This record gives sequence, C-alpha cells and structure tokens, in this order.
Amino acid sequence: MKYCKDLKIVAAEYPSDGYVLLRLTDNEPLGEILGGQFVEIRVDGTADTFLRRPISVNYVDRKNNELHLLIQIVGDGTKQLSSLKAGDKLNVLFPLGNGFTQGKSGEKVLLVGGGVGIAPLLEYGKQLREAGATPVFLLGGRSKRNLLMLDRYSEIGEVYVTTEDGSLGEKGFVTQHSCLKTLCEAGSDIRISVCGPKPMMVAVARFAKANNIRCEVSLENMMACGLGACLCCVEKTVKGNVCVCKEGPVFNINDLTWQI
Amino acid sequence: MADISVKIAGLEMKNPVMTASGTFGYGLEFADLVNLEEIGGIIVKGTTLNPREGNDYPRMAETPHGMLNCVGLQNKGVDYFCRNIYPQIKDIRTNMIVNVSGSCPEDYAECAARINELENIPAIELNISCPNVRQGGMAFGVTTEGASQVVKAVREAYNKTLIVKLSPNVTSIADIARSVEDSGADAVSLINTLMGMSIDIERRKPRLSIKTGGLSGPAIRPVAVRCVYQVAHAVKIPVIGLGGIMNAEDAIEFFMAGASAIELGTANFIDPAISVKVAEGIDSWLDRHGCKSLNEIVGVVE
Repeated sequence: MKYCKDLKIVAAEYPSDGYVLLRLTDNEPLGEILGGQFVEIRVDGTADTFLRRPISVNYVDRKNNELHLLIQIVGDGTKQLSSLKAGDKLNVLFPLGNGFTQGKSGEKVLLVGGGVGIAPLLEYGKQLREAGATPVFLLGGRSKRNLLMLDRYSEIGEVYVTTEDGSLGEKGFVTQHSCLKTLCEAGSDIRISVCGPKPMMVAVARFAKANNIRCEVSLENMMACGLGACLCCVEKTVKGNVCVCKEGPVFNINDLTWQI
Repeated sequence: MADISVKIAGLEMKNPVMTASGTFGYGLEFADLVNLEEIGGIIVKGTTLNPREGNDYPRMAETPHGMLNCVGLQNKGVDYFCRNIYPQIKDIRTNMIVNVSGSCPEDYAECAARINELENIPAIELNISCPNVRQGGMAFGVTTEGASQVVKAVREAYNKTLIVKLSPNVTSIADIARSVEDSGADAVSLINTLMGMSIDIERRKPRLSIKTGGLSGPAIRPVAVRCVYQVAHAVKIPVIGLGGIMNAEDAIEFFMAGASAIELGTANFIDPAISVKVAEGIDSWLDRHGCKSLNEIVGVVE
C-alpha cells in the first residue's frame, strides 16, 4: 500500500556539515517499508524545486513510529529541506520501489555504501538482523565527515570503513579494503548489496562478478513521478528499458547492461 | 452542487477532469492514492502499433516551474495493450481512453482499428504532436495536410469518439484545428508539450539524451490558454484544454478560454490525487460564483 500524506517532523538533526536527518511521524502506523525503498518529498517554494525529491529510507523506528531520512544538502530542494523544524509538516509519497532482497535466516550479507549512499543500508541491515541474517557493513567516504552515524551501524553488525584521505579506517576505496579478502574468499557464502556513487557501484559490481558473488545495486536515476507512470527514470536492462522507480531502484547486476 | 458533467461527442463524463497521456500510466499505478472512479476520464500511455523502446536516459530535466521530457513513446505495442492491460482496466468505472501514436497514417489507422474492438474504451486521443520521436509524431501535427491525412485514415478505421491532440509548435494552431475538424475529428485536445532544451553548463552538454524535449508544467500555461482561446474560436467541435493546470482556478481559466473539459498532466507527479481535488474545486468554485452548471462559464471570454 502506498500513501501520500503530510508527515509531522519530530526533529531535524544535523549529524555533520552539509547533512540533515529528518525524523518524521504520523498518527497512524507507517505501514510496511522495506530496506532500500524510498520516498518522494514535496518541496514547495521556488520555481526550481517543482518536482518531488526522491530520498532513501534511512531508518524506521517502529517503537516510536518514526521514519528517518538522511539527506545530503546539494541543491535548492535539499537546502529547503534542511531549513525545516520540529512541528513542520512534510508531504511524503511512500513507500516506493522494490527494496533490497529480503534476508534469509543464517545468510551473510555484505552491505557496501559510499557517501550518503550508506543511508538506506541502516534500515536494510536492521531488517536483515530481524530475519536472522548477518549483515556486515563496508562503508566508504571522501573523509571522516562524510561517514555519518557509524555507531548506529555498529549496533547492527560489524563495520569496516575506508576514506579517501585516510582520516578514518583504511585509506582508499571500498574495493581496496583488506576485509574483502577474508569475507569473500572462495567458498564463502556471502552476497553483496551496494548503494553509492555509480563509479563505486561499478567497481564493486566488477569485484563481485570476478569473484562469482551475487550482487545487487541501488540506482538513483533522475525521476519525476516515482510510480512507474512517466517513464523518465529508465535504466537499460536485459529486459529493455525499465523504470528505476518501480522495477528498481535495486537491480541484480546481471540484469543490467553495465560494462563490468 | 453545480452540474459539472460533460458530453464530448459520444463520451459522457461525470466531471470535466481527465488525466493526460503519459502522466498517469494506466491508472493502476495510482490506485492506492486516488479513487480512479472519481476522475472524469483517464487517458492512458501513448500506444503504437509496434512496441517501442523509447529514447535513451536521461529523459527528463527539471526547469523553472516545469520539466522537459523526451521519453519517446516507450510502450509495448497495441497487441500487448489489448491482451495484458485492457483486462486489468476495463472494469474501472470511468472513461478509459487510449492515446494512439504512429509513424505513418496506416500504422495510426491499424492501431486505432484494434482499439475500436475493445468494448470499454469509449474514445481515443490521436497524438499527432509528440515532439520526441524523429519519424512521425509531431511531423503530422505541424502541417494541415499531414494532420488531415492521419485523421482521415483513422476516421475510416475508428467509429467511436475521436479526439485529436494538437501541437503548439506551429505557426497557426487554429489552421491545424480546422483541418482536423474537417477531416472528421470529434474533438481536439491541446496543447501537447512545447519543444524546449536545457544545457548543463558544467558539462557543456544538453541535459536530455536527444538534446531537445517537450516542456510541460505551469511554465507553459499562458501559451496553452492562448491556444485554447484561438482554437475554440476557430472550430465548432469541443476543445479539451491542457498545459500546466495545477488547481481548480487554473482549470477555470481554460473553461473561460473555451475549453469544455481539461486534462491534468505534470500536476499528477506533484500530487497523485490532484485530479479528484481539481474536480471538487471546480464544483465549489461554480457554487461560490452562483453558477448552476459548468456550461455557464465555457467560452465566456469573447
């Protein structure tokens, strides 16, 4: 079931420069939301923020009926979102998209995130844990200040970190982290879910393919409707052009036409 | 409660609000979010005789008060529609209308003929105005001869309500409307998108894969109102107005310019339930202004 309604802002927090974490709630229970699904937020105000903004679901706090959105402030729309305060209303269309593959008891899943792409992995990791699976996080960023709320991830699973400037964890890219060798050695039963900038996802997909590991990636093509109606956000797949907002945003790398 | 029901040739609608092709899927995508049966009519995705993959990504760019798109008529073809989609939508109690496109008059006619067989599709909207396909589409809509040729071919193959969607990318939209009327159209809808372009100045490249696209949203509304006004004064058949309508007041502007009904397009992306809200808003506007029926304001601007 999809909803389009005004949610109330419980709090707007600023975990680091250039980011805002919006905690939203509703009078009714939020309903089923899968890790990797996203919402579309209405941003009113200026001529240049006409369409809704797609934002991934960072966390669903079931106890307090809260939906958390971790937003990187990059343009006019996200700038406006960063000025919201507790008590304000936000019109949200949710939940959208397919989400990551649901967890099975006993399986191990490596969750690879880059930059603000780490956001949806928190809720997904939590849901994997609830399903009896073991999530392991490998998170990369330009520097320490791009990797937010790592303690939240540690509560759910093991966390490995890389930064390009070496300010936290191992220096370099996620695909260079030493943990990959042991986690993904031949015969290990692990699968990978990735969310981050495209070059990073391509690199991880290449690593997964070379090592014969099942891998899915979460795409963020520009979109309008979020419902599979306008056909603007298509990705080329083995089945032809499909909507990232409806058939995705999560795709198995074997279904894509990436050069990997 | 004013009377807001509308009759366009054989098409009877409970209210004058339709959803524009390509902005509302097959209606099913919006079923959780709005009561489809409260919408006057749903015009489903552009359908062609043969399947089309559409243009490459990126297909959209946000622009001031609007957006550009170059989807390029991606659809699985009319046979897929008849076999797989029609059974899912045929029992929705509103007017399900199919937007038909093609690249030659014969294809348009064949596509229309197959839809003619579907009992619960009371009308088609003929798209002779898509700016995003190189061959066909708008090519027919920009000359009176081209428009007439396609409409005549379809009229022979199709005996229910035939609406023809017009392009604003022409010198005289009134001339095109007249030729479409003379060729057998029951109604015209206008405007399709305006040809536009946007450039990413950092990358020094167009923001759309095929460089140009169709502009929609409130940015184009004054152009649409002008076109509706001109066409309403040029033809006797009903005019359906669209172009950047976001609320009931915008819709009223189109009625006053001469439209008998309206379509909502890009607005569906901002608010998936906008069509029903606009229908209710038209009703209450008429009540507030002491009008007993929508007809009282259609074409009041001389």
